[in-house]
This record gives sequence, C-alpha cells and structure tokens, in this order.
Amino acid sequence: MGTNVNKPSHKAGLMTGAEAVVQSLVAEGVELLFGYPGGAIMPVYDALYGAEDQLKHILTRHEQGATHMAQGYARATGKVGVCIATSGPGATNLITGIADAQIDSTPMVCITGQVMSSLLGTDAFQETDIIGISMPVTKWNVQVTKAEDIPTAIAKAFYIARSGKPGPVLVDITKNAQFDQVDFNYVPFEGMRSYKPVPVASTDQIKVAAELINNAKRPFVLFGQGIILSQAEEEFKAFIEKTGIPSAWTIMGLSALDTDHELNVGMLGMHGNYAPNKLTNECDVLIAVGMRFDDRVTGDLTKYAKQAKVVHIEIDAAEINKNVTAHAPVLGDAKDILKQLIPLVKENSHEQWLQRFKDFEQEEIDQVIREELKPSKDIMSMGEVIGQINELSNGDNVIVTDVGQHQMVACRYAEFKQSKSMITSGGLGTMGFCLPAAIGAKMGVPNKQVIAVIGDGGFQMTIQELGTILESKVAVKILLLNNEFLGMVRQWQELFFEKRYASTIMVNPDFQMIAKSYSIKTALIDDRKNLEQGVKEMLEHDGAYFLEVRVGKENNVFPMIPSGVAVSDIRLK
Amino acid sequence: MKKRFTLSIFTENIVGILNQVTIIFTRRHINIESIVVSESEMDGIHRYTLVISETDEVVRKVVLQLEKQVDIIKALYHEDKDVIYQEIALFKMPSDVLIKGGEAEKIVRKHFARIISVEEGFIILEKTGHKEETQKLFNELKPYGVLEFVRSGRIAITKPMKTLETILKN
Repeated sequence: MGTNVNKPSHKAGLMTGAEAVVQSLVAEGVELLFGYPGGAIMPVYDALYGAEDQLKHILTRHEQGATHMAQGYARATGKVGVCIATSGPGATNLITGIADAQIDSTPMVCITGQVMSSLLGTDAFQETDIIGISMPVTKWNVQVTKAEDIPTAIAKAFYIARSGKPGPVLVDITKNAQFDQVDFNYVPFEGMRSYKPVPVASTDQIKVAAELINNAKRPFVLFGQGIILSQAEEEFKAFIEKTGIPSAWTIMGLSALDTDHELNVGMLGMHGNYAPNKLTNECDVLIAVGMRFDDRVTGDLTKYAKQAKVVHIEIDAAEINKNVTAHAPVLGDAKDILKQLIPLVKENSHEQWLQRFKDFEQEEIDQVIREELKPSKDIMSMGEVIGQINELSNGDNVIVTDVGQHQMVACRYAEFKQSKSMITSGGLGTMGFCLPAAIGAKMGVPNKQVIAVIGDGGFQMTIQELGTILESKVAVKILLLNNEFLGMVRQWQELFFEKRYASTIMVNPDFQMIAKSYSIKTALIDDRKNLEQGVKEMLEHDGAYFLEVRVGKENNVFPMIPSGVAVSDIRLK
Repeated sequence: MKKRFTLSIFTENIVGILNQVTIIFTRRHINIESIVVSESEMDGIHRYTLVISETDEVVRKVVLQLEKQVDIIKALYHEDKDVIYQEIALFKMPSDVLIKGGEAEKIVRKHFARIISVEEGFIILEKTGHKEETQKLFNELKPYGVLEFVRSGRIAITKPMKTLETILKN
C-alpha cells in the first residue's frame, strides 16, 4: 500500500479507545464509513464528531444498508469497505450483508459496539453474542475488551479482510474499551503463522496446465471474480488472446473482460448464454480461472463437463476439487499464475471451435435475444431498457443490481468496458442489496455513472436508504423495472408450480410519490415511445434520479437451465 | 463408504476456537463422536483430536475448510491404522463388590484395571485402552452395579516419524 500524501494522517499519543478506533481507520486509509449510532458505540461516534476532516461518516437508515453500502464501495473501488453499528439489534442487522460479503469475497471491516465487559453474558440491555452469531459468516472476528488491544485488532482486521481471498471481518468493542485510555501508536499488521493468504503457485503445476492447454483442440475458459480481485484483467486478456480460447464468465466475473471482446462468449449458468452452456459439455479442456463452480453455474454436477480435462486456477485450497475434480489444479494468485502461464502457452486460434459458439449464439439471437431487445409486442421488456442504456452510453457505467429477473437480464445484456463495473449479489442472492450497494459504489467512484437496476420487490426491502441519498446527496440513478410481481419466483411458479402464484403478486405503493418525497427527480415510463428520452434524461441528470419503467408482468428470462439438469440441456423457451 | 477418521487440528490458543472448529461440522450435519483439546509440545499451540465417521471425500473437504479458518494452523486426518490412540475410562464401583473378592475382582485383574481411589463405600477403577476394551470392561462389571462410568474422547499420535514443527511447516 503506497501512502498518499493528500490523505489525512492519523494522530498518535494518549487518547481514548474510541479515538483509537477512529485513528486506526484513518491510519488504514479509510475515507468513508457507513453506519448507524446507538448506545454501545456512542463513544466512537463522539470521536468521529471531532474528526470530520479525517474521516467521513455516512448515516444510513438501517444497519443492513450500511453493510451493503460498504460492499458496493468495496466492489467499485477494490478497497476495504467499512461499516459501524451498535450492539444488539444494530449488530444483528449487519448479518445479511456480512453473509453476502463472505460468499462473494468482498473485503469489509465491520465495527460493532458491545456492552461493558463486566456485563458480558448477563443479558444486559442490547447485549447479543455477535461473535457467536457472526462466526459462520465472517472470515474472522474478534472481541476487544481493553482499549490497548484496539489498534492491533483493527490492524489485523484490515489485513485479513483484504488479503488472499478477501472477506468480511467483524471487530466487536466493549464500551469500557472505548472509554479507557490507550497510548496510541499504529503498527500495520504484517502476518500470522496460522494464515497464509496467498499460496505460492507450483511451477510444475503451471507446466502441467500449459501442456493441457497447448494440446487442446477445443479449449474453453471460464472466469470469475478472481480476475478482478487479483487485478489480473490485463494478464487474463493477454492469455486468452495468445491462445485464442473462447471465454465465458460467471456473474461475479462480469466486467473483468470487455463484453464486446471477440473471445468473450458470454454468461455461464442458469440464465446464461446458450453457447457457453451447451459447449461446456463439448470442450476437451476446461480452464477455470478465479471461479468456484457454483451450482448455479454447473447445473447437475454428474453431467458437467465429464468429457473435459479441467485446469483450475484458484486461490482457495478448499475450492479445488470441491465441486469439480481438477486434473491440473493450480493453487495461487490468478495474476501471478497467468503471468507465468502466458510464456508457456502457444499462440493459437481455434476458428472452427469459436464458430461453434457463434452458431449457437445466432440461434439464441433468433429465438431469444432479438425479441428481448426489440420486442414485437407493445409491452416493454426488461432487456430493451438495458439495451437503451447501452445505446446511450459507452459501456462505462457501473451497474448495480438487486436479485431476480432484472438481475439476470442486466447481467445478460448490459455492456461493459471497464472492470469492477458490475456489482451484484451473486452467491447469497440478497434482495435489498441493490439500492444501498449503489449508494456505496457511487460514493466510491463519484465520477462514474452508477445505475441501480432494481425490481419492485427488492426495492422495497431497503427502500429507506432513499433517506441516505437525500441526506448525503448521492447522485445515484435508480432504474426500477416494475412488473408488479416477484418476477423470478413467479417465473418458477409458472414453469414448475402450475402458475400457482403464491405470494408473488405485488401490491405496490406509488413509487413516484415516494421518490418525490425524498426530493429525488422522478419519471415514469409506461410507453415505449418515451423510453429513449426517459433513459437519456436519467443519464444526463446531475443528481439522483428515479426512473420507473413498467415492463411486462409475466415475461420470463430465457434461456434457462432448470434446477438439477445438465448445462447442455439449457432451454431456449 | 463411511469410515472412522481421527482428525488432528492445531490452532492458536484463543477464546472461541472450539466454536470455530465445531461449526464446520454442524453446518455439514456431521456428528462429532469425540473431541479432546489439549496443549501440544509447541508453546501456544493447541491440539484438537476429533473422531468422526465419514467418507474419504467428505473428510478431505472438511479438513480443507478447517484449514481455511484464519486461526487454525493445520488440520490433518488419519485412518485408525495410521495413529496410535488411547482413551481413558473411570468406573465407580461399590466397595463391597470388590472387597468380598470373587468374580468382580477377577474381571478387574483380567482387564488390568487400576484402582486409583478407595473411598468410604466405593472404589474408583481406571482403565485405559481402545473404546472396545473399556466398553468390554464396562459390560462385564455392569451386573455388579457400576455407580458411575465415564470415558474420555480419543487422544491420538500419528505414526510417521515427524515432529509437529515439520508438519506445521508443510
């Protein structure tokens, strides 16, 4: 980490534990933190009150919002996101965001207040065992009961959160530790014997992988967020360009490679593209880079790429041979491995093989994509709205999504030219993620256009964060694709539950009035002829903007791999 | 097919590690048959010895998940043939059964059980060995009135001629 001369420097010397929390954050280069005050964290808030020039606090409207903002910030910037909450309900409200960050490997440090250490275990007011509760969903957590332990605990927290495979870390600080005095001297944490974040890649294994790749007739690359997390975008591009291998992405890997790159053959998995799913079961060598063969990507594992030799480049030893057996596992950092691999692989092109992808793509265009992007019906589709954004911008937006149909559509159709531009809840599938994550992302990359693509269900799960937009003047663009249904569940009910729409019909409020009441400029589009102008106004508007588009109520997302089916049995309708 | 495995887990000595270890099993619905925690020969490193019945594949994955925990230094798994293991059992017997001599005394002698305490009215016997051995002694003493019986979890030492230090380095 280089030191930035323009950043405020931290103070040292005798201070309270609470001040030490703030100065530790400053020492770690934190510029923003998201949170909500309460009894057990009040001393830290008091310390923040005098330190606005060093560290900016964003008041959210719910602690869950604070975690998703920290996640959005982390995903857009690559830095550690930080959030803060009080004990008891404040702390438990963080759990969904922590679990989301854990499964999506997002670096995040959560600081929670705790009751006085003398009261621990007594069921004191707002006491909860947040260490026990958060243990299964954090990369690491710690409870601090003495002021003198605060700087080391926070230094360790940042080190663990950002190193290796990143993840969320929780530091629980009792109120007495916040009040007590400490002689503060910040020492960044440099390592521990029980934790080796980045395994050193075996050169022998890299040679084995290169050999497999060089002899492959129908090689196929799958890439995930590991490319983004190890900042290996350039190396990855060089690797696929040299070898000429068609490459497909998991939704967590989206934006690591330009969507219009000639070797980018699209999205893997349940609602991914036709060609990459079909041809997963025809390739002879499957090269997985920084991805973990999630069940939404693989479908039925017993029928997944059984014909292929598998190269798995992965930083987490527990992921190797977990779901798919690797013939050439390469454990280590993707950037480092790709750098070593590039000189060992032969220049190649796989014209005929690539043509197979193009043929299947044409089939998908004819049967799905054309109608989705330019519907022949009057009723608008989600895809055409995303397509309109593509047409009016240059793939340089940061798109944040919620979870459901609109998420799949945004992933399938949005165009990206810059890495870290797609922020979505991949592993946990957290509805309510989008709005706060988009706020955090916008605060992290204020010069970029950040668009929150959201459904009418998920929007209402964290709708209160409109208050954060109002208070902190966050110029985030909210695109509500309103189908008045919990669309994805409805789609499954249509396909697999005989259209028994149990609890998926939404009785919605007037979203226009809601957005207006938060002083956000709004527009409602319910006719295609106004769509282009509506999207244009949203993109050009200087501040926050709320654009609601009424889309087809019972549209389905296709293609689709039904649950428990082989990837190659993907359905176009 | 499920087999019996002994896991040796080496961790930092920090509050909460036991919880970190056990949730890995709970989450996968694996029953821990026994668990023993002690210091190891290296300062500050604690050794957990666990016994589970699982398939090779599951135990391999579980051990990787254990090692992934930040405060766990190393996790290993072994089949019974690869470890030397022992358990200890204590039996509380009414004194008169043994004082009178006869069958109960013969059983105690046959099993090489030790008398470790003689109290007013009862005697404490100790037997170390494999579970099958302590269980056999219990079964034989049962008709004579075992007042209390307790058996420890398995402790185990691995057979390969390696020091903990070299194991931890790899």
